[in-house]
Amino acid sequence: MSILLDASTRVIVQGITGREGSFHAEQMLAMGTKLVGGTSPGKGGSTHLGLPVFNTAYDAVTATGATASGIFVPPAFAPDAIMEAAAAGVTLIACITEGIPIQDMIRVKDFLRGYPSARLIGPNCPGLITPGVAKIGIIPARITRPGTVGLVSRSGTLTYEVGSALSAAGMGQSTIVGIGGDPVLGLTFSDVIALFEADPATDRLVVIGEIGGSDEERAAELLGRGSRLKTVAFISGRTAPEGKRMGHAGAIISGNRGTAKSKEEAFQRAGVAVAETTDQIVGLLS
Amino acid sequence: MKLLEFQAKEVLASLGISIPPGRVARTPDEAAEACSALGPVAVKAQVPVGGRGKAGGIKLASTPEEARRAAEQIIGMDIKGFRVPLVYCEAALEIAREIYLGFTVDRDARANILMLSSKGGMDIEQVASESPDSIARLYPNPWRGPLGFELNALVFQAGLGELGRPLMAMIKKLYRAIPELDAVTAEINPLVVTRTGEIIAGDAKLEIDDNATWRQQDLDRIYGSAIEGDPYEVEAKKRGLTYVSLDGDIGIIGNGAGLCMSTLDLVQRAGGQAANFCDIGGGARAEVVENALGVILMNPRVKGVLMNVFGGITRGDEVARGLVTARDNLKMKLPLVVRMSGTKEEEGRAILKANGIEPGANAWEAAQKIVELTRAAAPRS
Repeated sequence: MSILLDASTRVIVQGITGREGSFHAEQMLAMGTKLVGGTSPGKGGSTHLGLPVFNTAYDAVTATGATASGIFVPPAFAPDAIMEAAAAGVTLIACITEGIPIQDMIRVKDFLRGYPSARLIGPNCPGLITPGVAKIGIIPARITRPGTVGLVSRSGTLTYEVGSALSAAGMGQSTIVGIGGDPVLGLTFSDVIALFEADPATDRLVVIGEIGGSDEERAAELLGRGSRLKTVAFISGRTAPEGKRMGHAGAIISGNRGTAKSKEEAFQRAGVAVAETTDQIVGLLS
Repeated sequence: MKLLEFQAKEVLASLGISIPPGRVARTPDEAAEACSALGPVAVKAQVPVGGRGKAGGIKLASTPEEARRAAEQIIGMDIKGFRVPLVYCEAALEIAREIYLGFTVDRDARANILMLSSKGGMDIEQVASESPDSIARLYPNPWRGPLGFELNALVFQAGLGELGRPLMAMIKKLYRAIPELDAVTAEINPLVVTRTGEIIAGDAKLEIDDNATWRQQDLDRIYGSAIEGDPYEVEAKKRGLTYVSLDGDIGIIGNGAGLCMSTLDLVQRAGGQAANFCDIGGGARAEVVENALGVILMNPRVKGVLMNVFGGITRGDEVARGLVTARDNLKMKLPLVVRMSGTKEEEGRAILKANGIEPGANAWEAAQKIVELTRAAAPRS
């Protein structure tokens, strides 16, 4: 078992004929993902990697029954691709694209309120993987192994680092979700943790956060209200100097939240073990 | 991209917002001239950081001689780590009241927030923490912007109902910075109501989304290059690297912001101090590594470099060969410790070792190793 993505999830790739989309679609296929097609406006009717290519997400969903999509299009087009997927009925959208303007994402988030069944992961994220079964995005399959640890992270390479340490220690993962590092994003830590909580195949949890925002604090509050999962949290950026912030508007919003200290203390208050280095995670989880 | 006050005010003026007459002065003489032309002025440090008033970066001058003295004191002073390169001399306002008006991104709400308060001025952060209710807030719809009735309600909620339409018009003009200029912060504090009833921007803070540079090319061309900044950060920006200068002596290269930040944490834990944060992004292409190493080695304080690369799909042997070439091209003699993992990492480590580069088995060991090697090394300068 897993969350969000399993062997039966039918997946398309938006931007499948592009360099990134094509490369990662191939990797997704190689690990067994049920990839059923892709989109590339103007190339509808052709095939790529042996899969049908469509002009629109709507055509792809109608023809293939896909319920999930990985987005690999440039930042100027990605916001529209997310909305297109949601409007076409896709319920799991992983947007890998990095560098989307924040105002575009704010509009996308507002648009998605009209599609409550659509779950967005990212943008600027590595996507998600259910080890040994399927993936959407760019998490390398070889650093994972099937198991019962849920892993949710804001970082890309740090996720791989922790994933490989867990795998090397024999601690396989139920699903790994990279929620992305942008200030305005789809699923939050709390959203993903709630899914792991409800997944009978997950019994332990690793949360990899970083400085900025207060999603980690909220996740800690959620875990503090009661959780069946044995959890370890790690926050990167303890020694990052305080940002030379500008104006007062940010401080009025965030107050004292957002520092590594605030996040670590929030997890400790919730009874969650906090790792000081990524090397400690495996020990704290066993 | 953070604009300086005088730059932000140029932009606000282009949106139709009233600003006081002002002149940029790079020398005390220019400040004196500005005062002769404008009358009594506020001489204001231009730095991309708040709190300059409390740091002594704003002085009033009623004569050219006073303006000259004020500029002498302010130009070159250090405000929160920024050297003041120039001052902005602005005609002093006859202030009747000060209002706070600001837009920013509320990341928890995933939305833009508009804040308005009758208690503007230097202590707005204190106001926010002590009496948050005195700040009226509105989350405008991001597709259509704030509507008239919403602004009307906001203005009354802030206790500023008597300013009515002129204030609402001002808020609408400032809001344009969000959809049209990709502002992530647009703030006027204080928004001054003068004794004659005019509403004028007393200060201005404007930050433009770096992800939107491609569609804000005019702003980027005019304001994108720092007037004065950390020389390594300026060079790194030219080379397209994500780089932040720090105070220590160990250069850091990592791929991915999270990994790079956790590498800084490890170096400090091992007893060292990082000289920089440098994220080279996914993969580790040879020319990018060489660019990053080049910038780091410009800093004479650097006594050694730690590189932490997690290769997802990148091949370790390719990274290693690229790294050896980069080091040789740069004629780098300082200790270099590399921790890498990925496909073919064993081959990669062997290549490094054969070329005199220390491979670290894991990130923590690599951090300890570079701290040890740089302690042993003699200072470079």
